[in-house]
Amino acid sequence: MDINKKATVRLTISRILAYAFVLFFCFMCLFFILLLVVNATKTNFQLQGKFSLVPGTNFLANLKSAWTDSSINIPRGMINSFIVALTTSVLTTYFSALTAYGIHAYDFRFKKAIFAFILGVMMIPTQVNAVGFVQLAYKFNLTNQLWLLIIPGIAAPAVFFYMKQYLEATLPMEMVEASRIDGSSEFTTFNRIVLPIMKPAIAVQMIFSFVESWNNFFLPSLLLTEAEKKTVPMMMFQLRSADYSKFDLGKMYMFILLAVLPVVVVYLLVSKSIIKGVTSGSVKG
Amino acid sequence: MDNKKKKSISYAKWGYIFIIPFFVVYFIFALYPTLLTVYNSFFENYREGLVQVGPNFVGLQNYIDLLTPGKDGTIGIVRYFGNTMIMWIIGSVPQFVFALLLALVFTSARLKIKGQGVMKSVIYMPNMIMAAAFSMLFFSVFSTVGPANQILAAMGILDKPIDFISIKTSARGLVAFMNFLMWFGNTTIMLIAGIQGIDESLFESARIDGAKSTRVFFDITLPLLRPILIYVFITSMIGGLRMFDVPQVLSKGIGMPDRSTFTVVMLLNNYLGGSKNYGMAGAVSVLLFIVTAILSIFVFKYLNKKE
Repeated sequence: MDINKKATVRLTISRILAYAFVLFFCFMCLFFILLLVVNATKTNFQLQGKFSLVPGTNFLANLKSAWTDSSINIPRGMINSFIVALTTSVLTTYFSALTAYGIHAYDFRFKKAIFAFILGVMMIPTQVNAVGFVQLAYKFNLTNQLWLLIIPGIAAPAVFFYMKQYLEATLPMEMVEASRIDGSSEFTTFNRIVLPIMKPAIAVQMIFSFVESWNNFFLPSLLLTEAEKKTVPMMMFQLRSADYSKFDLGKMYMFILLAVLPVVVVYLLVSKSIIKGVTSGSVKG
Repeated sequence: MDNKKKKSISYAKWGYIFIIPFFVVYFIFALYPTLLTVYNSFFENYREGLVQVGPNFVGLQNYIDLLTPGKDGTIGIVRYFGNTMIMWIIGSVPQFVFALLLALVFTSARLKIKGQGVMKSVIYMPNMIMAAAFSMLFFSVFSTVGPANQILAAMGILDKPIDFISIKTSARGLVAFMNFLMWFGNTTIMLIAGIQGIDESLFESARIDGAKSTRVFFDITLPLLRPILIYVFITSMIGGLRMFDVPQVLSKGIGMPDRSTFTVVMLLNNYLGGSKNYGMAGAVSVLLFIVTAILSIFVFKYLNKKE
């Protein structure tokens, strides 16, 4: 009896310690977001004073001054980023699914070699093509064209691989056969039968590629030089380069909040399926 | 029989048609630029003001220039590789240690932690946040008038604010800390999946044998977790070598103080920016690729061998 009691006490203590440990890390992740939101509600004067996590009342005023700023056109940036991220994620998932289906469902010559090729190029880091990409963009006068950031999304080896794995696990070829007997064309079969089956995979990959594109800083900053074409991450750099001492801090936090808000909102809605996607997408081979 | 064969051939056509868009785009927008990058690295090709120099074939001169010590006796790119690796290591050591501990706590059958779904979502969240914005947030939080200094002043630790980003150690530390925050959740979730993939009966029989939890960890969990650990470690290292957004924004693109947070991709960005120096940028890319490949193979071989 005494030994049992001791064991229970020990278990309770280790449980408390474990919760404290885990919650500490959760707190660390939430703290910076909380700080960002709170600071975006304060006036410049309040932000220069003593530290506090009590929200201010200047949220709408900060929003207005950030939204209408003359040098950092954040609404334009958000629209540009949104156009690029949304179209990229649609194209990436659709064509990755199509390519995966093409290789999964049909038998043709060099199929194995083609599959091996895609797996091989998955290892080449994207930064290696940046030099040639930028050079070609300048050579053909294609800088400041948003579509140049979108089209390459059609060829995404990693997303293709995820889709291929998914098809192997879920698509019964009998359904494809049945659709053929019904007389629908191969392309219609893909759009009407295969795509709906792949919905969960498409949703997860759409979110990942949207987020990746929304957050992308390196290539856009080399290709987009006109103020009207800038994306949100470029504006974060512009914010950093501004004269900090003269800057309204409340407005600055508002800019940062606007930059991260769309992704955070989407994430809060679908985080469960994203977490699932993190592991399933990376179990390679 | 004949009919069937004919049919399958006509289907094969669709296989090609469906994969054509991928390959056309891949060749034009990825493969050709990649080859062009390598090609460029053997040419002198840049702009000086309004004057275009080159392209002239120079052989390995760009590589020689990159690897020649400057006036101060240090080799720029070696230093930047060093900066990149140092900042990656400072962030990734705690990343792996804490991720492993968190994964063990989450999967412990004894502790039975509740609310795991929400907690996982919370610790993964920083990974979704725009690195450039996150870095800008850190810049403001750790500036001389920011909350970090306010807190330290309120606690009576400081009487004069510290300019964190102009001190080498704290500037690097901030970059590493951000990388840690952005990636430890991802690593934790990968390791949780890895531990859950281990055959439950192994733990069961160890428990029946009365093995201590530390022994179970070192004799069962860790060895069986090795493939996933290697995978996560190598992806983290490859990502670390390409570090750009965070130090670029935090240091205003100049790697302050005194280039101590300047990374290899920031150098690439500098060559590609104003002077459009495709020759040197190409050489930097190729070197980055070679170093990444060698380190990955080395780490893979080393970690896989230790049976």
